[in-house]
Amino acid sequence: MVTHESGAVHAHAAPTGFIWKYIFSTDHKIIGIQYILLALVSAFVGMFLSVLMRIHLVWPNAKLPFIAGGVMTPEQYLALLTMHGSIMVFMVLTTAPQSGFGNYFLPIQIGAADMAFPVINMLSFWITFLSLLVMLAAFFVVGGAPISGWTAYPPLSALGEIAGPGQGAGQTLWVIGVAIFCGASLMGALNFITTTIDLRTKGMSLMRMPLTVWAWFLTAILGLLAFGVLLAACILLLLDRTAMTSFFIPGGLVITDQQVAHKGGSTLLWQHLFWFFGHPEVYIAILPGMGVTSHMLSTFARKPVFGYRAMVYAMCSIGFLGFCVWGHHMFVSGMSPYSALAFSLLTMSIGVPSAIKTFNWLGTLWGGQIRFTTAMLFALGFVSLFVSGGLSGLFLAQPAIDLYFHDTYFVVGHFHLIMGVAAIFGMFSALFFWFPKMFGRHLNEPLGKLHFWITFIGVYAIFMPMHYLGMAGHPRRYSDLSGANFLGPLMPVQRFISIAAFLTIAVQFIFLINFLWSLKFGKKAEKNPWEATTLEWTIPSPPPHDNFAGVEPVIYRAAYEYAQPGAVEDYVPQHLAPEQVARAR
Amino acid sequence: MNETKTEALSSPWSGGVSPFAMGSKKLGMWLFIISDALTFTVLLVSYSYLRFANPDWPRPFPFFNAITFSTLMTVVLLASSLTMVMAVAAANRGLRDTAVKWILATMLGGALFVGLHLTERMHLIEEGVRPFSNPWGPPLFGAAFFGITGMHMTHVAIGVIYLGIVSLGFGRGKFSPEDVEVSGLYWHFVDLVWMFVFPLIYLMSVKH
Repeated sequence: MVTHESGAVHAHAAPTGFIWKYIFSTDHKIIGIQYILLALVSAFVGMFLSVLMRIHLVWPNAKLPFIAGGVMTPEQYLALLTMHGSIMVFMVLTTAPQSGFGNYFLPIQIGAADMAFPVINMLSFWITFLSLLVMLAAFFVVGGAPISGWTAYPPLSALGEIAGPGQGAGQTLWVIGVAIFCGASLMGALNFITTTIDLRTKGMSLMRMPLTVWAWFLTAILGLLAFGVLLAACILLLLDRTAMTSFFIPGGLVITDQQVAHKGGSTLLWQHLFWFFGHPEVYIAILPGMGVTSHMLSTFARKPVFGYRAMVYAMCSIGFLGFCVWGHHMFVSGMSPYSALAFSLLTMSIGVPSAIKTFNWLGTLWGGQIRFTTAMLFALGFVSLFVSGGLSGLFLAQPAIDLYFHDTYFVVGHFHLIMGVAAIFGMFSALFFWFPKMFGRHLNEPLGKLHFWITFIGVYAIFMPMHYLGMAGHPRRYSDLSGANFLGPLMPVQRFISIAAFLTIAVQFIFLINFLWSLKFGKKAEKNPWEATTLEWTIPSPPPHDNFAGVEPVIYRAAYEYAQPGAVEDYVPQHLAPEQVARAR
Repeated sequence: MNETKTEALSSPWSGGVSPFAMGSKKLGMWLFIISDALTFTVLLVSYSYLRFANPDWPRPFPFFNAITFSTLMTVVLLASSLTMVMAVAAANRGLRDTAVKWILATMLGGALFVGLHLTERMHLIEEGVRPFSNPWGPPLFGAAFFGITGMHMTHVAIGVIYLGIVSLGFGRGKFSPEDVEVSGLYWHFVDLVWMFVFPLIYLMSVKH
């Protein structure tokens, strides 16, 4: 074991034996893959829940598998909705982009042998896994999964069994699961920040870091500041549920003819605390996708990132502003119109750095020699979804408009496009790009492109019509639409969305088959198949246990030096010394 | 790009911990302190908000004995911060045995604080204070008191165990002076949290 001068463990001998090598591994690469697999499994679970919901919405009398009693009740619908949201947000969008790909590639891209705290890294994965199990256990207890949504608003979430099925043991398990997840995320965030600050190799100054590293670094800072707040909120909610306190429960409530004994608390307090976490959480999900997109556009347009510094500053200001706008989730909570005005202006100001990023992406593409690989297609898809989902955010940022839209499908369409699908496209792009490095084989490109095009058209077919449903006044969270006459004419749109969703989800199995098939039979990958510049492409595919075989790389240049005048190749890797470039010339 | 020619090897970045000159363990502890400080901030802000929202919030603590007792607890905890400073100073000068003695003194202070706190809690429970009710009105008084001081006491108890591990490791030469300093950071942070808990929970609840 070699101890780094900073005190962190810098390189360690490769472990032997299956358990220490693949299960309780402290190697950041194995942990990254573990996180990606956890996210992949969770994503399919989450998609399956959405299929059940979409079937029930359109064919309310259909008998469904896994549903007690066959035909779904409104409460069961809400339970599925809650678990779909919680699993997708916590277990997919928070884990794969940051803890998955970040774990694998952040240390390599900065020239380090491992994370600063390998054991904490391992613990943070297994604690995340534990929290997934606790959360899923909610399905199997008396009353089933909670029905209060992924936002768990009190008093519904705080009162216990009398509030409805799933609000007993199920909700308690949910709160415990989320609290455990907070702990794991904090450990991960602390590790990422320390690694980025302390373990960069010689020459890797901040402004030479790949934008992916910047994105993971800033996401870790957001996580560090956001999850501590959610943890405290969960502790208070758990006390309300188990110690009969009243932090979030006001007095005088009557639930199903029972007078509630609690008094003195505030439901708005939870909303403030939850969204103080919840809004930065949106950026925790999407920032890594932004970093990956910048990385892809530069690599496959064969041009340096247009406005590298502006990209860094834009991400910093998006991260900062993300902490100042939580109130825009609460416009309909009865907050003072003056607060709403302030939150509204701050929210719309996020449009400025977002526009900087979008225009710089277009600037990076401009005049480039674009190579349309699957990774590039998904990155372009990210830009498209980011713009589409972001523009509807400007509508919702205005209190007067949000009052109408807030409880409609408009919001569902908006956040799925920008937070859900855009972030997922970032992950697909990352996977197609880095799969050769991670497993030594390429994913199949024709299958990948087929998967991309159907998914790209599919997600627009699902989520674009939802905006129109919202404008027409279609409320969200309703399980049965047949009771309301005014929703009748909208039924064909819902049917279209459901069919589009089934097709899009079916296509994801093409991806799954591609993933499994390519692991074994994919085209063998060389060291640097994409002719890219960053450090991960200077080491074998897959990389050895300590990444650089004990030799610390030295960095001589910025991250994206493509199409440099004078150079023979159209790319100059970061580790190439000026005299080596001259010799090549 | 011209930038590459001028910047080639003249980058000030030489790898390692400079220019921040902070080891990973110390940085990691500072980051933990930031996130934990936010957790305590939420608890204290929630308490303050709910206290404002309940105009009949009780002020049940008589100066003698409740405030004097909690002042004694405060003195014990602050004294343990002082002994921790001595431990870090001794560790940095390489005085292994002296450092271990000061750490043991710090642990004693922490344990004494927890003991005094538990005594005080027993007393309040005898008076009828529960997380969900109390003899003086708004039930949230007990919830806030037990919740926030309980969270802090847990941190002190974990700190005593943590210091125990550090004193063993440092005494046997397995840990470096930096490890002692990092544990000191945690200890001072826990003390600092008390300096917010003490006025907000105790001093502001003194009987007229």
